[in-house]
Amino acid sequence: MIDKRVRGLADAVAGIPDGAVILCAGFGGAGLPDALCEAVVEQGARDLTVVANNAGTGRGGLAALLAAGRVRRIVCSFPRSAGSVVFEELYAAGRIELELVPQGIISERMRCAAAGLGGFYSPVSVGTRLAEGKEHREIDGRMYVLEKPLKGDVALLAADRGDRWGNLTYRKSARNFNPTMAMAANLSIAQVRHIVELGELDPEMIITPGIFVDRVVHVPM
Amino acid sequence: MPLKRRQIAWRAAQDLADGAYVNLGIGLPTLVSDFIPADREIVLHSENGVLGVGPAPGDNEVDWDLINAGKQPITLVTGGSYVHHTDSFLMIRGGHLDLALLGAFEVSEKGDLANWTTDDPGFPPGVGGAMDLAVGAKEIRVLVEHTTKAGTPRIRRQCGYPLTAASVVRRIYTDLAVIDVTTEGLIVREMVEDIDFAGLQAKTEAALRPAPELRPLRAPAV
Repeated sequence: MIDKRVRGLADAVAGIPDGAVILCAGFGGAGLPDALCEAVVEQGARDLTVVANNAGTGRGGLAALLAAGRVRRIVCSFPRSAGSVVFEELYAAGRIELELVPQGIISERMRCAAAGLGGFYSPVSVGTRLAEGKEHREIDGRMYVLEKPLKGDVALLAADRGDRWGNLTYRKSARNFNPTMAMAANLSIAQVRHIVELGELDPEMIITPGIFVDRVVHVPM
Repeated sequence: MPLKRRQIAWRAAQDLADGAYVNLGIGLPTLVSDFIPADREIVLHSENGVLGVGPAPGDNEVDWDLINAGKQPITLVTGGSYVHHTDSFLMIRGGHLDLALLGAFEVSEKGDLANWTTDDPGFPPGVGGAMDLAVGAKEIRVLVEHTTKAGTPRIRRQCGYPLTAASVVRRIYTDLAVIDVTTEGLIVREMVEDIDFAGLQAKTEAALRPAPELRPLRAPAV
Protein backbone atom coordinates (compact mmCIF):
# COMPACT_ATOMS: atom_id res chain seq x y z
CA MET A 1 0.00 0.00 0.00
CA ILE A 2 1.21 3.48 -0.81
CA ASP A 3 0.47 6.11 1.78
CA LYS A 4 2.57 9.28 1.66
CA ARG A 5 0.46 11.13 4.21
CA VAL A 6 2.32 11.99 7.40
CA ARG A 7 0.71 12.88 10.74
CA GLY A 8 2.09 16.36 11.21
CA LEU A 9 4.63 18.95 10.20
CA ALA A 10 7.41 17.48 12.37
CA ASP A 11 7.13 14.17 10.53
CA ALA A 12 6.90 16.00 7.22
CA VAL A 13 10.32 17.63 7.58
CA ALA A 14 12.07 14.90 9.59
CA GLY A 15 15.57 14.01 8.48
CA ILE A 16 16.49 17.12 6.48
CA PRO A 17 20.27 17.21 6.92
CA ASP A 18 22.48 20.22 7.60
CA GLY A 19 23.84 21.68 4.37
CA ALA A 20 20.83 20.58 2.30
CA VAL A 21 19.75 22.36 -0.87
CA ILE A 22 16.07 23.21 -0.35
CA LEU A 23 13.82 24.18 -3.25
CA CYS A 24 11.15 26.43 -1.80
CA ALA A 25 8.09 27.01 -4.02
CA GLY A 26 5.85 30.04 -4.34
CA PHE A 27 5.74 33.40 -6.07
CA GLY A 28 4.79 36.54 -4.18
CA GLY A 29 2.17 35.45 -1.65
CA ALA A 30 0.82 32.52 -3.70
CA GLY A 31 1.74 28.85 -3.34
CA LEU A 32 4.18 29.35 -0.47
CA PRO A 33 4.95 26.39 1.82
CA ASP A 34 4.99 28.64 4.89
CA ALA A 35 4.10 25.93 7.41
CA LEU A 36 6.85 23.64 6.12
CA CYS A 37 9.45 26.42 6.29
CA GLU A 38 8.47 27.13 9.89
CA ALA A 39 8.64 23.39 10.63
CA VAL A 40 12.23 23.35 9.36
CA VAL A 41 13.05 26.06 11.91
CA GLU A 42 11.82 23.68 14.63
CA GLN A 43 13.52 20.68 13.02
CA GLY A 44 16.85 22.43 13.26
CA ALA A 45 18.67 21.88 9.94
CA ARG A 46 21.25 24.58 9.32
CA ASP A 47 23.80 25.79 6.78
CA LEU A 48 21.08 25.46 4.14
CA THR A 49 21.00 26.64 0.54
CA VAL A 50 17.52 27.80 -0.43
CA VAL A 51 16.31 28.14 -4.02
CA ALA A 52 13.26 30.41 -4.22
CA ASN A 53 11.92 33.14 -6.46
CA ASN A 54 11.59 35.68 -3.67
CA ALA A 55 13.51 35.86 -0.40
CA GLY A 56 10.55 35.82 1.97
CA THR A 57 8.33 38.60 3.26
CA GLY A 58 7.23 39.55 6.76
CA ARG A 59 8.48 37.34 9.59
CA GLY A 60 6.84 33.99 8.85
CA GLY A 61 7.47 31.21 6.36
CA LEU A 62 10.78 31.44 4.50
CA ALA A 63 11.55 34.71 6.32
CA ALA A 64 11.40 32.81 9.64
CA LEU A 65 13.97 30.31 8.34
CA LEU A 66 16.22 33.19 7.25
CA ALA A 67 15.72 35.03 10.54
CA ALA A 68 16.71 31.90 12.47
CA GLY A 69 20.10 32.05 10.73
CA ARG A 70 19.71 28.65 9.05
CA VAL A 71 20.27 29.78 5.48
CA ARG A 72 23.83 30.32 4.31
CA ARG A 73 23.02 30.97 0.68
CA ILE A 74 19.95 31.85 -1.34
CA VAL A 75 19.47 31.33 -5.10
CA CYS A 76 16.85 33.78 -6.16
CA SER A 77 15.57 35.91 -9.06
CA PHE A 78 13.94 38.76 -7.17
CA PRO A 79 14.99 38.85 -3.51
CA ARG A 80 13.76 42.32 -2.71
CA SER A 81 10.02 42.87 -2.61
CA ALA A 82 7.55 44.65 -0.37
CA GLY A 83 8.15 43.35 3.15
CA SER A 84 11.41 41.46 2.49
CA VAL A 85 12.83 43.00 5.66
CA VAL A 86 14.58 39.92 7.05
CA PHE A 87 16.49 39.27 3.83
CA GLU A 88 17.46 42.92 3.49
CA GLU A 89 18.86 43.00 7.05
CA LEU A 90 20.90 39.82 6.48
CA TYR A 91 22.11 41.03 3.07
CA ALA A 92 23.18 44.43 4.40
CA ALA A 93 25.03 42.72 7.26
CA GLY A 94 26.78 40.33 4.83
CA ARG A 95 25.24 37.34 6.62
CA ILE A 96 23.71 35.69 3.57
CA GLU A 97 25.15 34.83 0.17
CA LEU A 98 22.99 35.74 -2.84
CA GLU A 99 23.18 34.03 -6.24
CA LEU A 100 20.97 36.02 -8.60
CA VAL A 101 19.53 33.94 -11.46
CA PRO A 102 16.98 35.05 -14.07
CA GLN A 103 13.57 33.70 -13.14
CA GLY A 104 13.01 31.44 -16.14
CA ILE A 105 16.55 30.10 -15.84
CA ILE A 106 16.05 29.03 -12.22
CA SER A 107 12.96 27.20 -13.36
CA GLU A 108 14.53 25.63 -16.46
CA ARG A 109 17.66 24.57 -14.55
CA MET A 110 15.45 22.66 -12.12
CA ARG A 111 13.46 21.13 -14.97
CA CYS A 112 16.76 20.10 -16.52
CA ALA A 113 17.79 18.31 -13.31
CA ALA A 114 14.34 16.70 -13.10
CA ALA A 115 14.70 15.42 -16.66
CA GLY A 116 18.14 13.92 -16.08
CA LEU A 117 19.90 16.31 -18.43
CA GLY A 118 23.36 17.76 -18.02
CA GLY A 119 22.58 21.37 -18.90
CA PHE A 120 21.32 23.56 -21.69
CA TYR A 121 22.37 26.57 -23.77
CA SER A 122 20.33 29.72 -23.17
CA PRO A 123 20.37 33.16 -24.81
CA VAL A 124 19.25 34.78 -21.55
CA SER A 125 21.88 37.04 -19.93
CA VAL A 126 24.25 37.01 -22.94
CA GLY A 127 26.11 40.34 -22.97
CA THR A 128 25.29 41.06 -19.33
CA ARG A 129 27.10 40.72 -16.04
CA LEU A 130 25.12 37.55 -15.19
CA ALA A 131 26.80 35.73 -18.10
CA GLU A 132 30.31 36.37 -16.80
CA GLY A 133 32.30 33.18 -16.25
CA LYS A 134 29.82 31.00 -18.15
CA GLU A 135 30.76 28.93 -21.19
CA HIS A 136 29.58 30.73 -24.35
CA ARG A 137 28.70 28.96 -27.58
CA GLU A 138 27.36 30.19 -30.89
CA ILE A 139 24.67 27.93 -32.34
CA ASP A 140 23.19 28.70 -35.77
CA GLY A 141 24.36 32.29 -35.54
CA ARG A 142 23.03 33.09 -32.06
CA MET A 143 25.12 33.30 -28.87
CA TYR A 144 24.17 31.20 -25.85
CA VAL A 145 25.54 30.48 -22.39
CA LEU A 146 25.69 27.08 -20.75
CA GLU A 147 23.33 26.70 -17.81
CA LYS A 148 23.77 23.72 -15.51
CA PRO A 149 21.06 21.66 -13.85
CA LEU A 150 19.90 22.71 -10.40
CA LYS A 151 18.90 19.80 -8.21
CA GLY A 152 17.40 19.93 -4.75
CA ASP A 153 17.95 17.59 -1.83
CA VAL A 154 14.51 18.65 -0.63
CA ALA A 155 11.53 20.47 -2.17
CA LEU A 156 9.01 22.25 0.02
CA LEU A 157 5.70 22.58 -1.83
CA ALA A 158 2.24 24.01 -1.26
CA ALA A 159 -0.73 22.50 -3.10
CA ASP A 160 -4.48 22.77 -2.90
CA ARG A 161 -5.47 19.12 -2.88
CA GLY A 162 -3.52 15.93 -2.43
CA ASP A 163 -4.22 12.21 -1.97
CA ARG A 164 -2.33 9.39 -0.28
CA TRP A 165 -0.39 8.62 -3.47
CA GLY A 166 0.92 12.19 -3.48
CA ASN A 167 -1.06 13.33 -6.52
CA LEU A 168 -1.45 17.12 -6.31
CA THR A 169 -3.59 19.88 -7.76
CA TYR A 170 -3.14 23.63 -7.35
CA ARG A 171 -5.31 26.74 -7.44
CA LYS A 172 -4.77 29.48 -10.02
CA SER A 173 -1.37 31.22 -9.92
CA ALA A 174 -0.44 29.35 -6.74
CA ARG A 175 0.79 26.61 -9.09
CA ASN A 176 3.91 28.64 -10.08
CA PHE A 177 7.18 26.82 -9.19
CA ASN A 178 5.51 23.89 -7.39
CA PRO A 179 5.29 21.34 -10.24
CA THR A 180 8.89 21.89 -11.37
CA MET A 181 10.33 21.83 -7.86
CA ALA A 182 8.36 18.65 -7.05
CA MET A 183 10.19 16.93 -9.91
CA ALA A 184 13.65 18.31 -9.16
CA ALA A 185 14.35 17.14 -5.59
CA ASN A 186 15.27 13.85 -3.98
CA LEU A 187 12.72 14.39 -1.20
CA SER A 188 9.59 16.34 -2.12
CA ILE A 189 7.28 17.38 0.70
CA ALA A 190 3.87 18.96 0.07
CA GLN A 191 1.63 20.83 2.46
CA VAL A 192 -1.92 20.57 1.12
CA ARG A 193 -5.07 22.46 2.07
CA HIS A 194 -7.29 19.44 1.51
CA ILE A 195 -6.54 15.74 1.74
CA VAL A 196 -8.84 13.81 -0.55
CA GLU A 197 -9.54 10.10 -1.09
CA LEU A 198 -7.59 8.26 -3.76
CA GLY A 199 -9.68 8.48 -6.93
CA GLU A 200 -11.30 11.75 -6.00
CA LEU A 201 -8.92 13.82 -8.14
CA ASP A 202 -9.87 13.70 -11.82
CA PRO A 203 -6.84 12.11 -13.55
CA GLU A 204 -7.15 14.76 -16.28
CA MET A 205 -6.69 17.49 -13.67
CA ILE A 206 -3.73 16.12 -11.70
CA ILE A 207 -0.83 18.53 -12.25
CA THR A 208 1.81 16.76 -10.16
CA PRO A 209 1.57 12.97 -10.31
CA GLY A 210 2.46 11.17 -7.07
CA ILE A 211 5.68 9.70 -8.48
CA PHE A 212 7.27 13.10 -7.79
CA VAL A 213 6.01 13.46 -4.22
CA ASP A 214 7.32 11.71 -1.11
CA ARG A 215 5.35 13.19 1.80
CA VAL A 216 1.97 14.91 2.08
CA VAL A 217 0.87 16.82 5.17
CA HIS A 218 -2.51 18.43 5.77
CA VAL A 219 -2.26 22.16 6.49
CA PRO A 220 -5.77 23.65 6.24
CA MET A 221 -6.17 27.36 5.70
CA MET B 1 2.18 69.21 -20.83
CA PRO B 2 4.14 66.00 -20.30
CA LEU B 3 1.93 62.91 -20.14
CA LYS B 4 1.09 61.48 -16.74
CA ARG B 5 2.06 57.86 -16.05
CA ARG B 6 -1.42 56.56 -16.84
CA GLN B 7 -1.38 58.50 -20.11
CA ILE B 8 1.91 56.89 -21.14
CA ALA B 9 0.24 53.52 -20.51
CA TRP B 10 -2.83 54.64 -22.51
CA ARG B 11 -0.62 55.63 -25.46
CA ALA B 12 1.22 52.29 -25.46
CA ALA B 13 -2.09 50.43 -25.32
CA GLN B 14 -3.32 52.13 -28.53
CA ASP B 15 -0.60 50.31 -30.52
CA LEU B 16 -1.55 46.78 -29.38
CA ALA B 17 -2.75 44.67 -32.28
CA ASP B 18 -5.95 42.64 -32.16
CA GLY B 19 -5.09 39.05 -31.27
CA ALA B 20 -1.68 39.83 -29.77
CA TYR B 21 -0.20 37.89 -26.83
CA VAL B 22 1.46 40.51 -24.65
CA ASN B 23 3.47 40.45 -21.43
CA LEU B 24 3.30 43.49 -19.17
CA GLY B 25 6.32 44.10 -16.95
CA ILE B 26 6.01 45.39 -13.40
CA GLY B 27 5.60 49.10 -12.69
CA LEU B 28 4.46 51.47 -15.44
CA PRO B 29 3.65 48.73 -18.01
CA THR B 30 1.21 47.06 -15.59
CA LEU B 31 -1.06 50.12 -16.00
CA VAL B 32 -1.54 49.25 -19.69
CA SER B 33 -4.10 46.58 -18.71
CA ASP B 34 -6.54 49.38 -17.80
CA PHE B 35 -6.51 50.78 -21.35
CA ILE B 36 -6.92 47.83 -23.72
CA PRO B 37 -9.01 49.22 -26.61
CA ALA B 38 -12.53 47.78 -26.45
CA ASP B 39 -12.55 46.67 -30.07
CA ARG B 40 -9.59 44.29 -29.69
CA GLU B 41 -9.02 40.90 -28.05
CA ILE B 42 -5.55 40.98 -26.51
CA VAL B 43 -4.29 38.17 -24.30
CA LEU B 44 -2.14 39.43 -21.44
CA HIS B 45 0.48 37.06 -20.03
CA SER B 46 1.86 37.24 -16.52
CA GLU B 47 5.20 35.52 -15.90
CA ASN B 48 3.88 33.66 -12.83
CA GLY B 49 1.75 31.43 -15.03
CA VAL B 50 -1.36 33.39 -15.98
CA LEU B 51 -2.44 33.61 -19.62
CA GLY B 52 -5.41 35.94 -19.93
CA VAL B 53 -4.95 38.51 -17.16
CA GLY B 54 -8.18 40.42 -16.47
CA PRO B 55 -8.85 43.68 -14.67
CA ALA B 56 -8.19 44.20 -10.99
CA PRO B 57 -10.83 42.51 -8.80
CA GLY B 58 -13.39 44.36 -6.70
CA ASP B 59 -12.77 44.50 -2.96
CA ASN B 60 -14.94 41.44 -2.34
CA GLU B 61 -13.42 39.44 -5.19
CA VAL B 62 -9.75 39.42 -4.16
CA ASP B 63 -8.25 35.91 -4.32
CA TRP B 64 -4.63 35.81 -3.18
CA ASP B 65 -4.06 32.65 -5.21
CA LEU B 66 -4.50 34.83 -8.31
CA ILE B 67 -1.86 37.53 -8.60
CA ASN B 68 0.28 39.19 -11.27
CA ALA B 69 4.05 39.62 -11.58
CA GLY B 70 3.86 42.65 -9.31
CA LYS B 71 2.16 40.44 -6.67
CA GLN B 72 -1.12 42.37 -6.92
CA PRO B 73 -4.47 40.54 -7.09
CA ILE B 74 -5.93 40.19 -10.59
CA THR B 75 -8.75 38.35 -12.33
CA LEU B 76 -8.74 35.87 -15.22
CA VAL B 77 -10.60 36.60 -18.44
CA THR B 78 -12.99 34.09 -20.01
CA GLY B 79 -10.78 31.76 -22.02
CA GLY B 80 -7.78 32.32 -19.75
CA SER B 81 -5.61 29.53 -18.38
CA TYR B 82 -2.94 28.73 -15.82
CA VAL B 83 0.45 27.16 -16.43
CA HIS B 84 3.39 26.38 -14.17
CA HIS B 85 6.52 28.53 -14.14
CA THR B 86 8.62 26.46 -16.51
CA ASP B 87 5.93 26.55 -19.20
CA SER B 88 5.31 30.23 -18.57
CA PHE B 89 8.96 30.97 -19.29
CA LEU B 90 8.93 28.61 -22.24
CA MET B 91 6.26 30.94 -23.65
CA ILE B 92 8.54 33.88 -22.87
CA ARG B 93 11.86 32.57 -24.18
CA GLY B 94 10.54 30.52 -27.07
CA GLY B 95 9.23 33.47 -29.06
CA HIS B 96 5.55 32.71 -28.35
CA LEU B 97 4.76 36.21 -27.09
CA ASP B 98 4.22 38.88 -29.71
CA LEU B 99 5.29 41.70 -27.48
CA ALA B 100 6.65 42.55 -24.05
CA LEU B 101 6.15 46.01 -22.60
CA LEU B 102 8.85 46.64 -20.02
CA GLY B 103 9.97 49.35 -17.65
CA ALA B 104 13.53 50.68 -17.70
CA PHE B 105 16.14 52.62 -15.80
CA GLU B 106 17.87 53.47 -19.09
CA VAL B 107 17.65 52.69 -22.81
CA SER B 108 20.50 53.31 -25.26
CA GLU B 109 20.32 54.55 -28.83
CA LYS B 110 21.05 50.98 -29.95
CA GLY B 111 18.11 49.63 -27.98
CA ASP B 112 20.17 48.30 -25.08
CA LEU B 113 18.00 47.90 -21.99
CA ALA B 114 19.05 48.44 -18.36
CA ASN B 115 16.33 47.67 -15.82
CA TRP B 116 17.60 45.25 -13.19
CA THR B 117 20.20 46.89 -10.98
CA THR B 118 21.54 50.33 -10.15
CA ASP B 119 24.52 48.82 -8.31
CA ASP B 120 23.41 50.52 -5.10
CA PRO B 121 25.25 48.49 -2.43
CA GLY B 122 22.42 48.99 0.06
CA PHE B 123 19.84 47.77 -2.39
CA PRO B 124 20.01 44.08 -3.38
CA PRO B 125 19.62 43.55 -7.15
CA GLY B 126 16.57 41.77 -8.57
CA VAL B 127 16.41 40.47 -12.11
CA GLY B 128 13.11 38.57 -11.98
CA GLY B 129 11.91 37.69 -15.47
CA ALA B 130 13.39 40.75 -17.18
CA MET B 131 16.31 39.02 -18.93
CA ASP B 132 14.13 36.14 -20.16
CA LEU B 133 11.55 38.60 -21.53
CA ALA B 134 14.13 40.88 -23.10
CA VAL B 135 15.62 38.14 -25.29
CA GLY B 136 12.53 35.98 -25.74
CA ALA B 137 9.53 38.05 -26.77
CA LYS B 138 9.21 38.79 -30.49
CA GLU B 139 9.30 42.52 -29.81
CA ILE B 140 10.27 44.70 -26.87
CA ARG B 141 8.86 48.14 -26.20
CA VAL B 142 9.71 50.23 -23.18
CA LEU B 143 7.58 52.59 -21.11
CA VAL B 144 9.70 55.05 -19.18
CA GLU B 145 9.71 58.61 -17.91
CA HIS B 146 11.92 60.65 -20.24
CA THR B 147 14.24 61.78 -17.43
CA THR B 148 14.82 60.92 -13.78
CA LYS B 149 13.23 63.10 -11.11
CA ALA B 150 16.53 65.00 -11.04
CA GLY B 151 16.27 65.64 -14.80
CA THR B 152 18.95 63.19 -15.94
CA PRO B 153 18.12 61.68 -19.36
CA ARG B 154 17.12 58.02 -19.37
CA ILE B 155 17.60 57.69 -23.15
CA ARG B 156 21.35 57.61 -23.53
CA ARG B 157 24.16 56.99 -26.01
CA GLN B 158 25.19 54.04 -23.83
CA CYS B 159 23.55 52.70 -20.70
CA GLY B 160 25.46 53.55 -17.52
CA TYR B 161 23.73 50.83 -15.51
CA PRO B 162 24.40 47.12 -16.11
CA LEU B 163 22.52 45.75 -19.12
CA THR B 164 19.49 43.49 -19.05
CA ALA B 165 19.99 42.74 -22.76
CA ALA B 166 21.77 44.38 -25.67
CA SER B 167 19.98 45.84 -28.69
CA VAL B 168 16.46 44.59 -28.03
CA VAL B 169 14.22 47.67 -27.60
CA ARG B 170 12.30 48.72 -30.73
CA ARG B 171 10.03 51.50 -29.43
CA ILE B 172 10.10 53.82 -26.41
CA TYR B 173 7.02 55.52 -24.93
CA THR B 174 7.81 58.41 -22.60
CA ASP B 175 5.92 61.32 -21.06
CA LEU B 176 7.30 63.51 -23.87
CA ALA B 177 7.57 61.39 -27.00
CA VAL B 178 7.16 58.13 -28.88
CA ILE B 179 10.54 57.12 -30.26
CA ASP B 180 11.51 54.24 -32.54
CA VAL B 181 14.91 52.57 -32.27
CA THR B 182 16.09 51.95 -35.84
CA THR B 183 19.30 51.09 -37.64
CA GLU B 184 19.48 54.80 -38.54
CA GLY B 185 19.24 55.79 -34.89
CA LEU B 186 16.41 57.14 -32.75
CA ILE B 187 13.46 58.48 -34.75
CA VAL B 188 10.85 60.60 -32.98
CA ARG B 189 7.36 59.64 -34.23
CA GLU B 190 5.34 61.76 -31.85
CA MET B 191 6.10 64.47 -29.30
CA VAL B 192 4.03 66.59 -26.92
CA GLU B 193 3.04 69.95 -28.34
CA ASP B 194 4.35 72.38 -25.76
CA ILE B 195 8.01 71.46 -26.31
CA ASP B 196 10.05 72.04 -29.46
CA PHE B 197 12.46 69.54 -30.97
CA ALA B 198 15.53 71.26 -29.50
CA GLY B 199 13.84 71.13 -26.09
CA LEU B 200 13.22 67.38 -26.47
CA GLN B 201 16.82 66.83 -27.61
CA ALA B 202 18.05 68.74 -24.55
CA LYS B 203 16.32 66.18 -22.32
CA THR B 204 17.81 63.25 -24.26
CA GLU B 205 21.48 62.24 -24.23
CA ALA B 206 21.32 60.25 -27.48
CA ALA B 207 20.84 62.03 -30.79
CA LEU B 208 17.24 62.21 -32.00
CA ARG B 209 15.87 62.70 -35.49
CA PRO B 210 12.31 63.73 -36.31
CA ALA B 211 10.26 61.39 -38.46
CA PRO B 212 9.18 63.03 -41.74
CA GLU B 213 5.57 62.72 -40.55
CA LEU B 214 6.24 63.81 -36.94
CA ARG B 215 2.92 64.00 -35.12
CA PRO B 216 1.70 65.53 -31.88
CA LEU B 217 1.58 63.20 -28.85
CA ARG B 218 -1.82 63.57 -27.21
CA ALA B 219 -3.63 61.47 -24.66
CA PRO B 220 -7.01 61.91 -23.01
CA ALA B 221 -7.25 62.61 -19.27
CA VAL B 222 -7.34 59.06 -17.91
